[in-house]
Amino acid sequence: MSEKLLEVKELRTEFKREKSWVTAVNDVSFSINKGEVLGLVGESGCGKSVTSLSIMRLLLDTSGKTTHGEVMFDGKDILKISEKEMRGIRGYKMAMIFQNPMSSLNPCIRVDKQLMEAILLHNKISKQEARQRAFNVLQSVGIPDPENTLRSYPHQLSGGMSQRVMIAMAMSCEPQLLIADEPTTALDVTIQAQILDLMLEIKEKRNTGILLITHDLGVVAEMCSRVIVMYAGRIVEEAPVKDLFANPVHPYTQGLIASVPKLGSNMTSLPSIPGSVPDLSVMPKGCKFAPRCKYAQSICHEKEPELTYVEGSTVQRCRCHLFHSKREEA
Amino acid sequence: MSAPLVSVKDAVKTFSVNKGFMAQKKYVHAVNDVSFDIMPGETFSLVGESGCGKSTTGRLINHLLVPDSGEVWFNGKDIAKISEKEMRPLRKDVQMIFQDPYGSLNPRMKIQDIIGEPLLIHTSMSAGERLKRVQELLEIVGLNSNHGERYPHEFSGGQLQRVGIARAMTVNPKLIIADEPVSALDVSIQAQVLNLMQQLQKDFNLTYLFISHDLSVVEMISDKIAVMYLGTIVETAPKKKLYGKPLHPYTKALLSAVPVPDPTRDKNRILLKGDLPSPVNPPSGCLFHTRCPHCTEKCKTEKPKMQVMDGDHMVKCHYPGIADKEA
Repeated sequence: MSEKLLEVKELRTEFKREKSWVTAVNDVSFSINKGEVLGLVGESGCGKSVTSLSIMRLLLDTSGKTTHGEVMFDGKDILKISEKEMRGIRGYKMAMIFQNPMSSLNPCIRVDKQLMEAILLHNKISKQEARQRAFNVLQSVGIPDPENTLRSYPHQLSGGMSQRVMIAMAMSCEPQLLIADEPTTALDVTIQAQILDLMLEIKEKRNTGILLITHDLGVVAEMCSRVIVMYAGRIVEEAPVKDLFANPVHPYTQGLIASVPKLGSNMTSLPSIPGSVPDLSVMPKGCKFAPRCKYAQSICHEKEPELTYVEGSTVQRCRCHLFHSKREEA
Repeated sequence: MSAPLVSVKDAVKTFSVNKGFMAQKKYVHAVNDVSFDIMPGETFSLVGESGCGKSTTGRLINHLLVPDSGEVWFNGKDIAKISEKEMRPLRKDVQMIFQDPYGSLNPRMKIQDIIGEPLLIHTSMSAGERLKRVQELLEIVGLNSNHGERYPHEFSGGQLQRVGIARAMTVNPKLIIADEPVSALDVSIQAQVLNLMQQLQKDFNLTYLFISHDLSVVEMISDKIAVMYLGTIVETAPKKKLYGKPLHPYTKALLSAVPVPDPTRDKNRILLKGDLPSPVNPPSGCLFHTRCPHCTEKCKTEKPKMQVMDGDHMVKCHYPGIADKEA
């Protein structure tokens, strides 16, 4: 059951900004098991998407590159293999769903051709067979009239429908790992509920590992078994979903959970985290969250804490100097 | 009971979509028979999925669009039929906060010029007086008074939204229309902006028309809520009644579809089948019947009327509360 599908070790990705390089993701390590949904949460600019693009090796070498770390998948470090080998894995063994379904599909090409492209690239089968397979995947993602959808252009589909087509495309080669980067952010709540249900169903059927990237803690609570919280390019906390919501340890996680308006709670004002996310090129020296943290002490401003296990737990990790001692409000 | 500040009566707005030469003209029914009142000092929210006509309704109230039929009363005056020239002095009383803080501020103007512009148009203040007012406003919305010298690109999204709020506040409006003011912001920033809006409402006795798709945000900020579906209001109620005892099956489904950040909660969702029907050819009878789990023959043919239940709870359904009875 707990077979490791993907293991990321000490990943660091840097971007070129004018003349200097800024670190967008630093020291990120995690693993995904088969049939598990791992959530990756954080606010915009915290490095969630960069992490996924680094795993898929979709960054252009001139503007951004992974300078340190390993990504073990299928027994290989996929950061070290050639681009040609990578092409055999991408879309076949690991696939990705993007945030905006409307702009991720080519508007000039019919759905059937776009779906068959991936199938024909990775399998030695005839066009007829590929079309049949495209028909079958569309049916499996709950599209009512697959034949008609295959013949249409992306603009003829609604947002929910095109996201289903995107999922069908990602699932067409039955990948072992699915990376979903904000798959429902552009959709309405009722459609979001449909898509999330579909993803869970696929996971159950095929034992696919899913890396779900989102900023919505509600989606995380409903979908994931484990969660990673990122802040300013670093993992600040990792825990099973129930522990994370019941007992968040890092002050950022606590603030994040508290600042989400909850349905039916009858609240009239929200606790909020003061300040805003630091700029990548002018990172604070010590703990990256220290300037916004109400517990911050002098050590927090000087030395960056390590990601270590929380006392008495073998599954929950946290990056904070103070979590073992009782925090006192300053 | 005081008189409502805004009163919309049976407003209808359609847009024509022309598909080719000689083709029959088609119309999108963006807003269809919408009626509601907003009392001074309250926060009235319009919720619904994209394309349901929330923003169009907002635009009818500030006269950016003129309804095809129906009335829009603002502060005791029917503004549905008045000319743009007659509207201009009233614009001072209706200000707007937009969804995208980056897109709604001119990148080539300094913050102090952006915030000061309504003063330039609506008042006869001197440059010095304007600057003083701008600095005062910047501090009210939680920015520094010397931020006025900067340009929009020097700020984060949350700060820019504060600038947008300050601009709306400059001329002491009676009504602020906030069209998805927090949906482009991160959660921790969203909480800051919502708290600010509530604080300002308390301090300056503002009236808000809050347009949003996010039911949990709406619950926090509103007094009264109207749920829209395909251009019509399907349910209107004070906050407590709407969230405590929703009567329309659509409201019920919408509430159950919101992901709640609590992994221990029972995940029993009402899943709506299918997509939103096109507003060009809206369904016959009840607009929601194509997706409603409790649909009957009557729903397919007969349009339900708005009925008043329990004083101030209004619902447009043949079988209000049906979802509860079956469960």
